Amino acid sequence: MNNPYIVLPVIFQLFTAVLLMFFWFRVNAQRLITIICSLISVGIAIWLFNEVYNRGILTMQAGEWQAPFGITFVADIFSATMVLLTAISGMAVAVFSTGSIRNARLKFGFFPILNFLLMGLQGAFLTGDIFNLYVWFEIIIIASFVLITIGGEKAQIEGAMKYVTMNLLASAIFLTAIAILYGMAGSLNMADLSGQVAQIENRGLVNVVAILFLVGFGIKSAVFPLYFWLPASYHTPPPAISAIFGGLLTKVGVYALIRIFTLIFIPDEFLSNLLIIMAALTILSGGLGAILQVNMRKIFSYLIVCHIGFMIAGLGIYTELAILGAIFYLIHDIIVKTNLFLISGLIFKLKGTLNIEKLGGIYKKYPKYSLLIAIPLFSLVGIPPLSGFWSKLFLIEGGYLEGQYTLVGFILLGSFLTLWVIAKLWSEVFWKESVDLPKKINVKYFYELKPFKQWAMIIPIVILTVISLYIGLAAEHIIVLSKQISSELMNPSAYIEAVLGTKTDMP
Amino acid sequence: MELLLVMLIGLLYASGIYMMLRRSMVKLIIGLILLGNGANMLIFLLGRIVKGKPPIIDSASKMLTEIYADPVPQALILTAIVISFGLQSFAIILVKRAYKITATDDLDELNTTDEIYE
Repeated sequence: MNNPYIVLPVIFQLFTAVLLMFFWFRVNAQRLITIICSLISVGIAIWLFNEVYNRGILTMQAGEWQAPFGITFVADIFSATMVLLTAISGMAVAVFSTGSIRNARLKFGFFPILNFLLMGLQGAFLTGDIFNLYVWFEIIIIASFVLITIGGEKAQIEGAMKYVTMNLLASAIFLTAIAILYGMAGSLNMADLSGQVAQIENRGLVNVVAILFLVGFGIKSAVFPLYFWLPASYHTPPPAISAIFGGLLTKVGVYALIRIFTLIFIPDEFLSNLLIIMAALTILSGGLGAILQVNMRKIFSYLIVCHIGFMIAGLGIYTELAILGAIFYLIHDIIVKTNLFLISGLIFKLKGTLNIEKLGGIYKKYPKYSLLIAIPLFSLVGIPPLSGFWSKLFLIEGGYLEGQYTLVGFILLGSFLTLWVIAKLWSEVFWKESVDLPKKINVKYFYELKPFKQWAMIIPIVILTVISLYIGLAAEHIIVLSKQISSELMNPSAYIEAVLGTKTDMP
Repeated sequence: MELLLVMLIGLLYASGIYMMLRRSMVKLIIGLILLGNGANMLIFLLGRIVKGKPPIIDSASKMLTEIYADPVPQALILTAIVISFGLQSFAIILVKRAYKITATDDLDELNTTDEIYE
């Protein structure tokens, strides 16, 4: 169904970013506008989700150029869910950063850039055109480049060098893949490509292009041999920025992989095996890396890598059940990873360090915060009935039914490694005897902040924790939703019809 | 013409990747620029090169019947050039800042963020 308002989430983020630019040096005005606008954007996302959930796939043909000739925006239930999750984590990060980020950084335009980043994410989730997807990816990466370097500390610049290089390389590979795909199929519309690519006889070339896409998106989503930039850079910027990166930037790569490999390149045996091997090694290397680290944010960075493997595993198994597991995991992971990095920001403000060997005694001193933090940590591990449990259950069942016993073993191993890491983290940071740390001059501690800022840091964590609890305890709703998404992904004819069906005869 | 372009693209990709694998930051940027240009040329080549056939429909007919020069790759390249211009200028400024802060051009020196105890 044609509905021009589906680009509203994108337009609204653009509007917010431009509005914020008029208040460049007035950081308090920026704080207020950001909080209000991020709440409105959550409202818009809920409206879009509701509309798509009730009415089916909505499309917009830009400039009334009918698909496959113009740029198409498509909101199917997968896109709408991702838009909603983006708006929620964007809201949490925006509110958190009003409390945690220093005025000096805010004066370099933190809030406008954050909104440009969110605009890019919303656009990437809504577009139905592969070159347009490239453009949204570029908007995302240029905004993230600014966010990762804002403040200009030595560690940030060093991390940014790796981050920028790998992302530029990924873009070049993505562009190469688009070039060859356009040369083969003569189209850029993803729904149209779905039919065109299936008819190409030179399957070898199709597989080459599929692997180019896999490498391009694989760098962005940090899968096994391509993830080294992530733990080297994600712990360097302020925690609020790490939160939006950890929660969403790798997931947009996973979204693109799922979209491409269910719609355009249906994995044959070779590609499936490749995905499964990559998934298993991603889980293993991320989990082992996390055990070794002592910096809390680096531990979380490696856990991102580890858990990306779960979603790729679902895609590799490629049955409706496994995709359901991957989608459920994606929904759970965006919320919980954003929350974890926000929590690391809170702990840094409480103690002035993130080295888990130096930290300690938080449970004794702050029992309420500790219980709050326990929920996302345990849902990350997947202790029943919290949110991580259900998704892994479906992934394991999906793998077991397909006879992928080795992969199931790796998924279990990954869960076990996560449990180990989180248990170590919990006992070191919360239960261990507190050590008196020397007070740092350049850190503004939590108790020194104004009450408004303290609340601004606590409330987002509470909101995200409640959502995590909802995903875990009311898993039935999420299962129904994931089931609908996975059946739409596995039978893309509805998507194709919604995009191309309204096509009028060309003059 | 196609053969020349194919050779040029191969050269751009090869030299881009070679430059990226060097240890100098400046060479890294040059490598990225070469790689980006190679990708742009590739889009141009794969849009099929047609000489002297503009995609203009004459008033007598309703659609193009003969072979024509596809305008889409050119629109794509234009977009890609503008984007890569922005990204590359950011990368150059970043390299300059990194050089100022770390006082080295050697990429292997930028490994403090990878160490477990910083």
